[in-house]
Amino acid sequence: MDKLQFLIAVSMALFALGLLGVIVRRNVLIMLMCMELMLNGVNLSLVAFAQQTASTAGAVLVLLIFVVATAEIAVAIPIVLLLVRRKHAMDLDAYADLKG
Amino acid sequence: MIETLLLYLFAGTALAAAALMIVLRHPMRVALALIGCMLSLAGVYALLGVHVIAIFQVLIYVGAVMVFMVYAIMLLDVGDRSYMQRFSRLLWPGVGALVVLLAILAHGVWTSLPEPTLAAAGKLFALNEFSVAFLNEYWLHFELVSVLLVAAVVAALAVLQVGRRPHG
Repeated sequence: MDKLQFLIAVSMALFALGLLGVIVRRNVLIMLMCMELMLNGVNLSLVAFAQQTASTAGAVLVLLIFVVATAEIAVAIPIVLLLVRRKHAMDLDAYADLKG
Repeated sequence: MIETLLLYLFAGTALAAAALMIVLRHPMRVALALIGCMLSLAGVYALLGVHVIAIFQVLIYVGAVMVFMVYAIMLLDVGDRSYMQRFSRLLWPGVGALVVLLAILAHGVWTSLPEPTLAAAGKLFALNEFSVAFLNEYWLHFELVSVLLVAAVVAALAVLQVGRRPHG
């Protein structure tokens, strides 16, 4: 297994673990953190490909993903704060009445 | 040789921290595991020679996003015991989806990996060269990103404004 294959395998594992966390965990904040883990997995694959093909485009895309992740957290945390203030629970099952 | 060992070490630490995120109960411990994972990934980026990304990984992800997250956990953690139940009902469907996703990803990626080129990528990602290339070629994206950040700030303020209204 060469280095690129290894890094891509690690990034796939990180993405899959993050997706598993989003699906199986109950706490809203932990689900948000697992989404960040998915973004990190994608970042690792972008960096690996950018370094292997010696192009700056992948690294620039990683920087843009950083900014998008920051914006996502900046919007998501106030939403979580409002939800918790309304129901006093961080468990997503408490918000089952949101389904149509 | 030592670099390869360090690469495996950092990647293994990142994977172990990611696995810990699934099984730990308390949100604060999960946040610390995620910080450990991000720091190990920064080490991987530095070993690959992409120093700019390694620096920003530490500055933005660990320094800004995770500090924000830890503050949110400290704000919200009063008296909520829901974290004692770790997994939702979707545990086994989730594990099944994980296996299927990994199989599909592995098949798709392994059949189409590009041939590794032996270009001198080290010089390309040095701080100086990368910054010049970034602001020469990608200045429009850079400016658009600042617009996105302003939109995010306005959106966060708007969300909080909705929360202040009595029945909003």
